[in-house]
Amino acid sequence: MELTVRNAACGYGAVPVLQNVSLTLRQGEIVCILGPNGIGKTTVFRSVLGFLKLLAGDIELDGVPRERIGAKEFSRSVGYVPQGHEPPFPFTVPDVVVMGRAAHLKSFEAPGVREYRIADRVLEMLGISYLREKTYTQISGGERQMVLIARALAQNPKLLVMDEPTANLDFGNQIHVLECIKGLSGSGLGVLMTTHNPDHAFLCCDRVILLTKDREIMEGTVDEIVTEENLRRAYGVDVKITATVTESGRTIRSCVPMLA
Amino acid sequence: MSGQAAEAVKHEAGAFDIERDLPEGEMTEREARFLREYRQNRRRSTVVFTVIAVLLVVAFLVSFCVGRYGMPVSEVINSLLRGLTNGVGSVGTWGSSEDTVVWLVRMPRIIAAILVGGALSVAGGTYQGLFRNPMVSPDILGASAGASVGACFMMLMGQGSVMIQAGAFVMGIFAVALSYFLSKAVGRGSNMVLLLVLCGMTVNTLFQALVSIIKYLADTESQLPAMTYWLMGSIAKVGYRDLLFFIITFVIGIVPILALRWKLNVLSFGEDEAKAMGVNVAAIRLVCIVCATLLTAAVVSVAGTIGWVGLMIPHLVRFLVGPNNKTLIPISLLTGALFMLVIDNFCRALLAYEIPLGVLTSLLGAPFFIFILYKRKGNT
Repeated sequence: MELTVRNAACGYGAVPVLQNVSLTLRQGEIVCILGPNGIGKTTVFRSVLGFLKLLAGDIELDGVPRERIGAKEFSRSVGYVPQGHEPPFPFTVPDVVVMGRAAHLKSFEAPGVREYRIADRVLEMLGISYLREKTYTQISGGERQMVLIARALAQNPKLLVMDEPTANLDFGNQIHVLECIKGLSGSGLGVLMTTHNPDHAFLCCDRVILLTKDREIMEGTVDEIVTEENLRRAYGVDVKITATVTESGRTIRSCVPMLA
Repeated sequence: MSGQAAEAVKHEAGAFDIERDLPEGEMTEREARFLREYRQNRRRSTVVFTVIAVLLVVAFLVSFCVGRYGMPVSEVINSLLRGLTNGVGSVGTWGSSEDTVVWLVRMPRIIAAILVGGALSVAGGTYQGLFRNPMVSPDILGASAGASVGACFMMLMGQGSVMIQAGAFVMGIFAVALSYFLSKAVGRGSNMVLLLVLCGMTVNTLFQALVSIIKYLADTESQLPAMTYWLMGSIAKVGYRDLLFFIITFVIGIVPILALRWKLNVLSFGEDEAKAMGVNVAAIRLVCIVCATLLTAAVVSVAGTIGWVGLMIPHLVRFLVGPNNKTLIPISLLTGALFMLVIDNFCRALLAYEIPLGVLTSLLGAPFFIFILYKRKGNT
């Protein structure tokens, strides 16, 4: 399965926030959108998911134009993981996860044994079975993010779209979520995510779309795009990129901001 | 959260498919345990459902005994059985005075109380899920205010009870439609919920002002007291003819809500997320608003404005069984019916004269609600 965005203009009303956005997301691949606050990362997301109409350009899923795919059908291929937030009602974790099955149920159908079995599988797969008796509003931010990932996986998608999956998480949980994302792509899912942290791109992404503060769009592999020069253009700050070799011999690069 | 998460995921090589081997595959021991535990957690709602249902049946029977013409439960049951065998339509020809009281005086009123309480609670629960806010009541979009204008206008015109009911019903629905289309006109597809509530508040204020104008114009000897009394809410004078229309609207309103109630869970996570889960948000929202409005307008046209029930009962039931609308809505239906039946009995029996229903729901409901909040202190 392949999601293609071609020369899209995204924005609210008639005013484009970003123009000429192009990207491709394939199964088994992690694509990361990097860029400063307010540059339009969320707008691109909302457009890809069909919450916003494109002002120009087109989106295709396996060559079929987005407009020709119904919301229900689309949600069976593309899952959405929002930022962890507190909902108004204290649903239990299994009840939240099983909501992802809505895409596969008939109009008047409620989830049954099959749906709860899937919820159990997903929780087990993500290693969060211990949350099965918990209330969604009473777990930590990191756990909540994992439950939202579980809910999206219950949709049985081929691609996942994740809005800042590491936002508002402590350091350890950020890494756990990134590990999980990496694992998911290993099992054949395509992941499109936004992040504020270039290090996260180094840690797990295959390709990067970098939005600069002048609304330029750069696309390519992590090593091509996340460079000292490009980060200066994107964020207006000076950074050095260093490399660390892990015990297993893998090189992980990271950004160090040059504070005076 | 553990780092094993990623490990576990990695081992599932190949294309991702969470449904693999599911329909045929034997349930693993773990899955079976998960389901068992889940059902155990849900058992609480089954117990609550049963208890409320039994209480409702008891309250139903006891309600026939309450009032100025007292009679024991055994006589009530006999009379009910006589009515069922002889045909209710001809009570006057075969019945004793007990039968007349049971079948002609109290039966319509008791049915009305059950339907009013049930309808308001379901409408309230539906709106609360829809607007993602546990503090929403069924008249949030102007149903009660609109219905009040309709009813008061008909009284001003000197019309009879049928026209008053019709006026209330039509204007109640008109007010909600106005809120809905105003919000559509003002908004550009984003944050519909907030706009709906704001437009509802505006329409509410507008129609309340209209009620004031009508009251100001009304004849102070006859019309004004009638309007004031109507606005307090009462089901003392409900007859079978009023009930027929009420029951039809009740069924039309309640069936789609019961059928869609699980989807309300998904909607309460917000428009974007619900869409991304493949739910047709606009359609479900419209159906739920139409149905909840039908229920509210039907209640107001039969019983006048009765506040507080639609907000309190779903809230209370949420304390008892949790927010899952799959159980919340049906249990709210029963609990609302039970609550209204009990309150109406107090209306009849507490003092030598009738107390308006709408007054008592607030007078008894508010302290009761505070009591519940107090009991659940720090544990919401």
